[in-house]
Order: sequence, then structure tokens, then C-alpha cells
Amino acid sequence: MEALLKEYLPILIFIGVAVGLTLALTIASFIVAKQKPYSEKLSAYECGFEAFDDARGQFDVRFYLVAILFIIFDLEVAFLFPWAITLGDTQLFGFWSMVIFLGILTIGFIYEWKKGALEWE
Amino acid sequence: MEFFNAYVWPTIEIIFWILVIIVPIILGMAYLTYAERKIIGAVQLRKGPNVVGWFGLLQPIADGLKLLTKETIIPSGANRVIFVIAPMTTFVLAMIAWAVVPFGYSDVSGGPEPEKWVLADINVGILYLFAISSLGVYGIIMAGWASNSKYAFLGALRSAAQMVSYEVSIGFIMITVLLAAGSLNLTEIVLAQKNHGIAHMIGVPELTFLNWFWIPLFPMFVIFFISVLAETNRHPFDLPEAEAELVSGYNVEYSAFIFAMFFLGEYINMILMSAMTVVLFMGGWLPPLDVSWLNWIPGPIWFAGKVAFCLLIFILARAALPRYRYDQLMRLGWKIFLPTSLFAVVAVAGVLLSFGWLPK
Repeated sequence: MEALLKEYLPILIFIGVAVGLTLALTIASFIVAKQKPYSEKLSAYECGFEAFDDARGQFDVRFYLVAILFIIFDLEVAFLFPWAITLGDTQLFGFWSMVIFLGILTIGFIYEWKKGALEWE
Repeated sequence: MEFFNAYVWPTIEIIFWILVIIVPIILGMAYLTYAERKIIGAVQLRKGPNVVGWFGLLQPIADGLKLLTKETIIPSGANRVIFVIAPMTTFVLAMIAWAVVPFGYSDVSGGPEPEKWVLADINVGILYLFAISSLGVYGIIMAGWASNSKYAFLGALRSAAQMVSYEVSIGFIMITVLLAAGSLNLTEIVLAQKNHGIAHMIGVPELTFLNWFWIPLFPMFVIFFISVLAETNRHPFDLPEAEAELVSGYNVEYSAFIFAMFFLGEYINMILMSAMTVVLFMGGWLPPLDVSWLNWIPGPIWFAGKVAFCLLIFILARAALPRYRYDQLMRLGWKIFLPTSLFAVVAVAGVLLSFGWLPK
């Protein structure tokens, strides 16, 4: 267990160094640069107009759909990682189990394709 | 003293090696922007930057200093904290992924135990890379949301949808490589491309570049590279910043050094993705021919050379190709790359299994 943690220690320190460097640079830029804000400068950019209203309005539902599809397929990839490594041991049994699993997901994929979930006009 | 030897000294050593990795990458990133401007200049029969320093060589330094001394503008409607954290997230994530990238391998025959030139030799290296590059979406979503600007919001949505779409096929392609390599450790993946493959099969073991996975998995290599272009929001898939419609996309409200951090993060991500292509398909630090004087050149130089080659293709793609339309982009990702790579996983597994080529 300790050996395993030791392998990950450099990553932890790396995260520390990266966060430290980023914070240092950001704070340095706030110190070095002269800050002189006024309301016109701070208004949101909208091609020269006053901002009409809050920008966080409705948006296309298809972005949600893409996100949901992504979760499904990314989970599938996560299942495939250990399978790919151990295929040498599980041989044909492992192969056909995964073919069945992927087959079921492919049926879902074909369904959503036919439903038009992948169309962007 | 006991405490010093057990904890402080190893930490200092690790920090030293982290700097050995970070500093060349940040310098490389600075000169990547220079190379990009010079090469695109040459393609368009312009000179590119040529004023600051000889041949404009100090231009990236001047740009960085300029951005550091500019005023940071935080829009009045923005969520101030998230607005500042977003570019920092992008930058930090782009850097920490380098912890697991292998740069070389000292294998002296008859010498001591071979040493892996990698900071953190974890056995799930590729999973770590995949996870960190997925997290990159957060920086963009946070920026788009916190800016409270219509352009930034739309740009962030587009960018997030595009990145997650192409990540799926990147994942499947990684699986095909893993099937052929038999390990999640990045050093092992490179070593799997060393001593067996096409070159040994056709009886010319000197041509080691034929052993690399890019030949047996050539379609996957092409799809992977195109997906990487989309994943890093590069041309011809740079819709998130489509300047004609969205001005600059999710970073439209950013200025000064927090903008520079987005810029740094994106370019370091480009280098990272090239490094990933090199590790998975182009034999990492291995020399292309098994000749003594080529073997003598140290691994990190080969690695850097191959990464530079990938980056050159990135830049040339930007110079040569027109931008995709958003529906075409989604169609390519979901209707062509996803089915193809899904099928490839089954096909590669089937071929390896039936010929008994699976790595043990």
C-alpha cells in the first residue's frame, strides 16, 4: 500500500507546484498592473450595445442530450479499460461477453440515431 | 535530521524534477506560438513576427510580459471568484497531466536495473491522462458561465459539447491501443512498440518505426489525430471561438494575465495531446531506425522531435483548412467516428484473439 501511495506522491506535489505557480502569476499580475476600472469598461461585451439582459437564458436542449449521451459512452469506455488489459486471460469468454454488452449499447445507439437525437440542423 | 532525510529531501528532489518538466514545456509553449505565427506567415507569404529580437525570437517573451502588466478587467455582471478560478483551472490541469508522461528509458545492457524517465510511474497512467484531459471542460464551462456574457456563454456550450463528443471516440481508440499493448502504464505501452510488430514480422528488425502502432492501427491513428484537433478546439474545429459569430467564444471577457492563462493552458494542452499521440502511436522516445548512432541520441530528444512533428501538423492544418460547420462537426463525431471506433474495438480484439497475438 505504501509503495502505491509513493507512486502517487509526485502527482500530489505536482498539483501543489502547479497551483502555487498559477496563484503566484495571477497575484503578480494584479500587483504589477495598474487597476483603474470604471463602469463602461466593466460592462459585458455585446458589440457596442448595452447588454440587453442576463446572459444566462434558455439554450438548446440538444446540448443536454449530448452531455447525457457522453455520460453513457464514457462509462462504457471506463468498463472497457480493465477488459482490454485482461483479455489475454479471459480469452473467448471475455470477448463474447463484451460483444454482447457492446451490442446492447449499439441497439440504444441505433435507436437514438433513428429518433434524430444526433441531428443538428 | 531523520525527518529531513525521510521527508524533506525527497520532496525537494521531486520539486526539482517537476521544474525540469514544467520549464521546458512553458518555454516550448512560448515558442510554439512563435512557430505558429512564423509558419502561418510563411504559408501566407508574409514574414510573421520579425521586430522584437533577431527574427522576432523575443516576441513570445514580449507578449507574455505585456499581458502580465495589463489591467485585469472583471465584468460587473460576472461571478468574480469563478471568473478568476476558471483560467487557473485550465492552466493547472494542462500542467499536472505531464506527471505521468514518459520521456525516456535508460536501458544499458548488462548495466543496473533500467530506469524509467517519468515523474510518477503509476500503473494506470493512461487512465490518469484521460481523466485529466476530460476535466479540461470545467475551465471552459466555468468561464462561459461566470462571464455573464452571451458570446462567452454560447462559446462555452459549443466548446463543451464538442469536447465531450470527441472524447468518446478518443476513449475507444485508446482501448484499441491498450488491447495491442496490454498495459495501462505509458512506459509499458511504448516498450510494447519496441521489440515486436510489423518490422519483425516481415524480417527487417532495423526498421523499428514499422513496429510502432501507427501502422497496424493506421485508421485509428488518423481518427485519433482528428479527434485531438477537435478536443483541443483547434482548426478546422475551432467553432468555440469562431470570431465571425462569437467574437472569441468563452474567453471574450478575459483580459491581461487571466486571458494569458487560458492561452497557455490551451497551447500546453496541444503539446500534451501531441505527446499522447506520440506515446500511443509513434513509439514515444524510441528512435525510428535501429542504428547505433541513432540509438545514441537520448530519448527525450526523439520524444521532443516527434511532438514537434505533430505540432507542425496542427499548425499546417490551421493554415490550410477552412472551418467546419457545427452540424457537420457533430455529425463527424457522433455518426462517423463513434461507430467506426466502436467497431474497431471489437475488430482489433477479435483479430488479436484469433491470431493469438494478445500480449501476456
